[in-house]
Amino acid sequence: MTRGIDLSRPVLVAVAALLAVMIVLPVGWLLVVSLTSKEGGFTLANFATLFTDPTFVDPLVTTLIISCSVSAICCLVAAPLGWLVARTDMPLARTIRTLVMASLVTPPFVGAIAWEMLAAPNSGLLNQLWRLLSGMPPDEALFDIYSLGGLIFVISCYTFPYVFILVANALDRMPGELEDASSMLGAKTWQTARLITVPLALPTLLAGALVAFLQALNLFGSPAILAIPAGFHTLTTRIWSLFQFPPKPELAAAASVPLLVLTVLLLRAQAMALGRRGYAVLGGKYGAPRPIRLGWLRVPAVILALFVLAMPLFLPYAALFNSAFSRVASRIVGPDTITLHNVKFTFLELSSTMPALKNTFLLATASATLGALLALMIAYIVARKAMRGYRVLGFLATAPLAIPGIVLGVGLFLAYTRPPLALYGTLWILLIAFVTIELPAAYQQLGSAFHAVHPELEEAGRMLGATRLRTLADITAPLLRSAVIATWCFIFVATIRELSAAVILFTSETKVLSVLIFDLKESGDVGAIAVLSLTMVAITTIVIAAANRLHARPQARPA
Amino acid sequence: MTSEPTTRKLTRRHVLAASAAAAAGSFITPVRAAPPEPTKITPALIEAAKKEGKFSWYTSVDLALAEKVAKAFEARYPGVTMKVERSGAERNFQRIGQEFQNRIYNCDVVNSSDAAHLIVWKRAKMLAPFVPEDVAQYFPAAHKDPDGMFASWRITLCPIAYNTKLVKAEDAPKSYADLLDPKWSGKLVKAHPGYSGTIMTATQQLSRDLGWSWFEKLAKQKVMQVQSATEPPKKLAQGERAVMADGGEYVAEELKTRGEPVEIVYAAEGTPLITGPSAIMANAPNPNAARLFHAWSMTREAQQLNIDVGALRSAHPQAVDRPDMKKFSDIKLMREEASVVADQADALKAQYVKYFKV
Repeated sequence: MTRGIDLSRPVLVAVAALLAVMIVLPVGWLLVVSLTSKEGGFTLANFATLFTDPTFVDPLVTTLIISCSVSAICCLVAAPLGWLVARTDMPLARTIRTLVMASLVTPPFVGAIAWEMLAAPNSGLLNQLWRLLSGMPPDEALFDIYSLGGLIFVISCYTFPYVFILVANALDRMPGELEDASSMLGAKTWQTARLITVPLALPTLLAGALVAFLQALNLFGSPAILAIPAGFHTLTTRIWSLFQFPPKPELAAAASVPLLVLTVLLLRAQAMALGRRGYAVLGGKYGAPRPIRLGWLRVPAVILALFVLAMPLFLPYAALFNSAFSRVASRIVGPDTITLHNVKFTFLELSSTMPALKNTFLLATASATLGALLALMIAYIVARKAMRGYRVLGFLATAPLAIPGIVLGVGLFLAYTRPPLALYGTLWILLIAFVTIELPAAYQQLGSAFHAVHPELEEAGRMLGATRLRTLADITAPLLRSAVIATWCFIFVATIRELSAAVILFTSETKVLSVLIFDLKESGDVGAIAVLSLTMVAITTIVIAAANRLHARPQARPA
Repeated sequence: MTSEPTTRKLTRRHVLAASAAAAAGSFITPVRAAPPEPTKITPALIEAAKKEGKFSWYTSVDLALAEKVAKAFEARYPGVTMKVERSGAERNFQRIGQEFQNRIYNCDVVNSSDAAHLIVWKRAKMLAPFVPEDVAQYFPAAHKDPDGMFASWRITLCPIAYNTKLVKAEDAPKSYADLLDPKWSGKLVKAHPGYSGTIMTATQQLSRDLGWSWFEKLAKQKVMQVQSATEPPKKLAQGERAVMADGGEYVAEELKTRGEPVEIVYAAEGTPLITGPSAIMANAPNPNAARLFHAWSMTREAQQLNIDVGALRSAHPQAVDRPDMKKFSDIKLMREEASVVADQADALKAQYVKYFKV
């Protein structure tokens, strides 16, 4: 497809080089350092320590318990909820779907802090309420969030939406005719569900289970907030603790390798599970699936759905609002005790607020723009097979999925605190981290969007003498506008939520909101945390709404 | 961070090797030369500071107090903006070391609740000599470095405290031994020496005077483990735990002043003493603003502010104790040994993690 001299060639090479720098360099350093002794020679001692020292083995076991439990809980909750929303006549189905997606805007560590306010064994609002209602003695607790169970619960709250989206989308696409046929042959509603719907949805659910497992495996914020008070570590918090003085990067690097290997293996498994999904659709066009009538179960169903949503959404936000306007987070605000003290403190006294807000939104905008652009180019190259070695690009763009945020943080720290690119201490290192972390999802979104655009239009542009870049800019990009905007928003939100890489890479001049909240947590300044969290979520929501207005404007007709 | 010739390494061990003469007693470090002449706050210094216009202060003092100090300074010297970098002393220590190794110099003035840090930094030649007039004139020898590198900006204690709504005064623990009573199982909160300088300092004193066996037994009391020494008093105020095993006296005192149900206990065995020295970094990007703030922060005016709004204690003999706080001279104190902490910090942390698991 190449013709004449075209600027696209150097651009393509540059993209490939950039990816190599972003991904190969940090992972390479990680492996090298994990195999290096303090004196600089080759050693396996770091790995020996890792698998014999109980302070590493225990967190590894704990992490696996958490990940398996979260995975199971997420499937148990997300599958019925996804089915109710996608396949039944449950009232408010659209609203519930939107709200589940909205709960994804909440950073998991903010959710964990909010659940601390709700379910700390003594001061938690829910425990206090229960004592009031049941007369339970003051020393007993209904919920103890500082426990393995509490941590699993909170991680599940902010992980099940991922599974839910997968399941609901898969059920949307599932041909209704198969179910119709089953009913026509006399099967009862529940029989149809058991014999047709469940088997068809199973591969997706399996993929969802793996996504949930990976999320839980690599999460840093929630365990840091809930596990340490309870007296245990997960693998991510243990890696982070190795950066305490005196820092032990060689052990941190070694401890990162199991996360890396496990993630790669699971992603292979996920690809295999999702790879089988195609068997359901046998060709031809299907009608929209017929919603299943729930009858008298409609009301209980919607109550159940709202109850589930209370966990990640209604209850935590109520707690955050309460503590934003209260002097002590464990007291319910009344008309006579309401105070603006925390708001004033956060915006007028706390000198880190404004720099952190500025850094965060600068980085989020830059990461979203750069990330969407990069993903667009890679998706284009791969979809149109525009250069030799396009498969490698596709692989590199997907590879960061296998790198947990904290591991990438360690790798970037090792790679960019030495010449030739001493980027530590600048916003650039955070930009690289955020773009790298979000690239796989962005690439996958845009990659699937490219399949919807027929290459004919681009070929017409090229035949009329436009360069490849110009065709991409003038023809392809406008056609993909909604997908690009969606991707931009996705990266924007994800960057603002990011904590695990940022907590390794920040300096005082490059502090972002998530790190500021994390610091405030360690000194127990929950009022300021509530104000900052609500501000963060509000701004994120506004930016997404604005981006979606752009997207809603009349646009080029799809090809 | 592998052994690269270009990166300068900062480890406590390296520091120790350089200080075979590290003697007992808080601030005794080998004297190299006479300290620099004391500096007054002159109009020229103020002008120079204003020209720089800003500086950053790394501290581990409670955030609310830190921001109040900043606001007071900015009001006193308009035109110089102060950025507060508040984190746990051990975390700040790690960050400053990490930034220093990478030749990033963000910090102008540093204050730590772990006095050992100042010894380490001094030996690594990371501090600039500077003696404010008030320090030279009034501060007792125990609270200033003989080479003029640092001086105690704050003093506080690390006492026991309890929530008065959850515990009656007669049932409250009177000593560290009392905390091992099974009735406190699941009701204690304490902060972490890997994060907090106050707790690192206190852990050394408590393990020396009570023995590690006390910590071993305490760890079996289902203690809620938080990070900063500023947090246990806040957990008491929330009613999340009934008793704090350690934490900053000044934070508890401030909560009490605000009417929260918090009462302090000075244990029968003695209470750990925590001095928090301040210094100017040798590579301070804003050296004049740093000098102005450091000089101001040691004046009677600023020290009195620490006492009045922060419930801290002061090394400045002219600063007056608050009437609502127990008199400093009436409290049985444990002996502070900063140079021992500098020597043993890693071992102390490792021992602690052995018992408390995190």
